[in-house]
Amino acid sequence: MDTRDTPEQAELRRTASRLAGELGPRTVTDLDDRERNQRLAEAVRGTGWLELRHDDGEGKPLASGVEAAIIAEALGQAVAGVPFAGPTLAADLARRAGAQPIDGAVVGFAPDLVGAAVVAGTATDAPILAVDHAAQGPVAAYVLVADGDGYRLALARGEGTSDGADLTRNVHQLPPGTSLDPVAEQSRLLSREDLDAWTTLGLVLTSADMVGLMRGVLDVTVEYAKERKQYGVAIGTFQAVQHLLAEAQCLVEGAFSAAVYPAWAVDELAPAEALTAGRVAKAYAARAARTVCETAVQVHGGIGNTWDCIVHVHLRRALLSSEWFGGDGEQLRQLERSRLGVVDGLS
Amino acid sequence: MDFRDSPEEADFRKRLRAWIADNNPGLPASSTDDEYWARQAEWHTALYDAGFFGLSWPKRFGGHELPTVFDVILDDEIAAAGAPPRPSLGYLVQGITTHGSEAIQDRFLPGLISGRERWCQGFSEPDAGSDLAALRTTATRDGDEYVLQGHKIWTSYSDVADWCFLLARTDPGVPKHKGLSAFAVPMAQPGIEQYPLRMINGITKEFGQVVFDGARVSAANMIGEPGEGWRIAMTIVSHEREPGEVGYVSRYAKTVKDLEKTLRADPGAYRSDQREAVAWAYVQAEMLRLHVRRRLSERLDGPDHGPGGSIDKILMTWVEQSVGAATLSAAGSRAVVDGDEVGLKIYLYSRAQSVMGGTSQIQKNIIATRILGLPVT
Repeated sequence: MDTRDTPEQAELRRTASRLAGELGPRTVTDLDDRERNQRLAEAVRGTGWLELRHDDGEGKPLASGVEAAIIAEALGQAVAGVPFAGPTLAADLARRAGAQPIDGAVVGFAPDLVGAAVVAGTATDAPILAVDHAAQGPVAAYVLVADGDGYRLALARGEGTSDGADLTRNVHQLPPGTSLDPVAEQSRLLSREDLDAWTTLGLVLTSADMVGLMRGVLDVTVEYAKERKQYGVAIGTFQAVQHLLAEAQCLVEGAFSAAVYPAWAVDELAPAEALTAGRVAKAYAARAARTVCETAVQVHGGIGNTWDCIVHVHLRRALLSSEWFGGDGEQLRQLERSRLGVVDGLS
Repeated sequence: MDFRDSPEEADFRKRLRAWIADNNPGLPASSTDDEYWARQAEWHTALYDAGFFGLSWPKRFGGHELPTVFDVILDDEIAAAGAPPRPSLGYLVQGITTHGSEAIQDRFLPGLISGRERWCQGFSEPDAGSDLAALRTTATRDGDEYVLQGHKIWTSYSDVADWCFLLARTDPGVPKHKGLSAFAVPMAQPGIEQYPLRMINGITKEFGQVVFDGARVSAANMIGEPGEGWRIAMTIVSHEREPGEVGYVSRYAKTVKDLEKTLRADPGAYRSDQREAVAWAYVQAEMLRLHVRRRLSERLDGPDHGPGGSIDKILMTWVEQSVGAATLSAAGSRAVVDGDEVGLKIYLYSRAQSVMGGTSQIQKNIIATRILGLPVT
């Protein structure tokens, strides 16, 4: 038992953090800097990070959930506007179905964002949400089609529109009536266990993103508290401010400790056990991220409530990462079902 | 990163599990009953004699020199079996090994670790709580001895202790942090009066007040150098704040497990807010279990006496108080109809966690200034 990063993982953490930090936005204005976003997207593609969950030739992913979580955390910390979790989850799902990954594809979610959309027929009859898709270009989103005891993949394709809360990632909405294409050469049906394991990866990546967001927003806020002066002194000298930031630091550490375990477990433990660990991590991270981002807005004072202060970029991104695969309320409800028994009359 | 047991760890876990199954004394939850505090010493010596305590400490003091993560396994198996937590004295061991002379270490560590000699900690005073360095107990040199005068409070297990790890002022002429020294004081002597404290959940065996009025301690029993007391105290409290050092994580896991069992027996009898309180307590206890794994892994290459223990202490406090809130919630109206209700007692006991070992306010001061680097006025 040694829960520390291996030397390779530590190196990846440093590299990812450096790259995301250099190319991520420093100001709200940077969000509209197409050139910066382009460079970031090319860098992420060039490193091979989008292929971490591709098939290694023997049905296993090229890299573990730990490596994927390391990247997700670094990108969250830098509020980097580049698709990562979306295409990574699509590749993981395709691998489990024995299909070749489709470049740029993501997974289409049901409107509640908790799970992959399940469809039937040749066109959708409800909206599909393609989460963390590239900003431009036609949308391709994997959806599930029930088939006997399992599911096979189909591809919803269309032109999406995106106007979500998160200013760094896109949620394209595909309207009802979007055509469904079959996915070629799926060698196996997706089982319940496959979907549990895939859901765990989703909980891992969204939790890691929030851990990164908390680190990033706390760094910005601590610096601000050291510089901003009121009553002739830095506001960071006031205990009222210090205690808010100290609590935030504890939440970051707790969320990180909870999140590394399912990142490891997703490839090492039975799906049900890993899923429980994922739900614990997500419930903790969702509550923590909300509090830490709200603390950041509060410590920034009036300016923290203006569009041009970057902390709402973290808060908005945390709201999407929280809802995606379900927030703390959803995770607690699922833990209640699995651990406390099902109450009659509730689903 | 690997959360799995190595072959040696798996073998240890198997032996430990079998031993606990045969030797679990089945004490009540520690926070609710005086019987637990009365019989805790038997559990300590049984655990030690079976080779399951002092796992990472030096062999010459009775330890086993195993990697720090073996304590994770100990906490896991104790929690799984619902056995009492491991004795929480790692912080005293850290204090003595870091600051005590070889003679002091050889004299005191074996008895401390084996449980054959019981210890209490005389730091806090009625007028020196968070401002510990303001303490007024004096140790005045008299030949080869020091004479003690003063009043200590929150002295856990003082009534059964053989020794007190005492912090006293030896030099009133220097600034308050510099005039303190630490001693191993024998408790069985005239000039020591004890007064138990009754806590808000009714227990009387855990905390006491100790008045020193002319008690004596040999100068050879000074731990560290004259004037080193403050540094020693800071080493000790920094580790007292670590759940990896105190082993409380198994207590939380056991309480949550018992709660889950109760709700599972009749899920329809509980409201959604009660179910959610229990699920959240599970999330918190799991977080701490994993946090302790991480913190003890970080120590595989040696201990760290830094301020990180303050983060651990806040996390541990939030966990204990979430668990306490869940026991109260699940007890529902029973908690107010029956003053002996276990859920009520666990809840009331949990309120002390944000005070003992340094208040949450003090921990936040330390985190803000020493970890986040915020300025001090």
